[in-house]
Amino acid sequence: MIPSEKDMMAALEQRHGREIQKKFSTATVAVCGLGGLGSNVAIAIARAGIGKLILIDFDRVDITNLHRQQYKACQTGIYKTDALYENLKEIAPYIMLETHTMRINEGNIGEILKDADIICEAFDDAESKAMLVNKILETMPEKYLVAASGMAGFDSADNIKTRRITDKFFICGDGISDVNDGIGLVSSRVMVCAAHQAHVILRILAGIEE
Amino acid sequence: MVKVNGKEIDIAGKTVEEYISSTDFDPKRIAVERNGEIVPKAQYGETILAENDVVEVVSFVGGG
Repeated sequence: MIPSEKDMMAALEQRHGREIQKKFSTATVAVCGLGGLGSNVAIAIARAGIGKLILIDFDRVDITNLHRQQYKACQTGIYKTDALYENLKEIAPYIMLETHTMRINEGNIGEILKDADIICEAFDDAESKAMLVNKILETMPEKYLVAASGMAGFDSADNIKTRRITDKFFICGDGISDVNDGIGLVSSRVMVCAAHQAHVILRILAGIEE
Repeated sequence: MVKVNGKEIDIAGKTVEEYISSTDFDPKRIAVERNGEIVPKAQYGETILAENDVVEVVSFVGGG
């Protein structure tokens, strides 16, 4: 049985407090890239009762994604936007979702992200990460931005940190563990980094930023 | 002296571009923040670092 919207909201208010839950429920968060970081971030903040997510990815679910990304084996081959839409609606049926199955580039960033209060950078390619971050910081200084760099391999999960670079720009990760160094991505460590990103997003919305 | 990623370096008077090209940083994989504000990519060549500036070079590696 799927609980009613009223009952789910009451449960969230009981957990987070009515004031904070109102901030979560009225927030719009954009997740750029729906891989190991983005799919985990989206699920964590959807569970917390974020009102609306904007989900952006051009790619399809691949068998090599299943070890760390929040998709099911039966979703192999379909667009990540469509797969995550299904999964999120099963978890949080009353969330608002807007999906964009496309590559973000410098030309379309402004239009896609204009309604977001907070933007989560969750790409896997280093140059794409830098492009997105620079463009947002240069052209949308009013937005909060939570990026990630360095979460590959079997190093300690404790090396994953959140750093605040400017008032509105946070970055999570160890800053050095590159997937191209041959160590690959390990589900648990990527999830730690995604959890850092999700946690910063919730802290920003709750007004806890020290 | 200019503080870059927490370290004092003697680069006052150099442009951001001159400093970055003297390091191992890949210009395509970084964002540069100076005194709390982003330095736009197009302005690396004309932004001159001043005495007591505080600079953070955020470097991205792959994986996500």
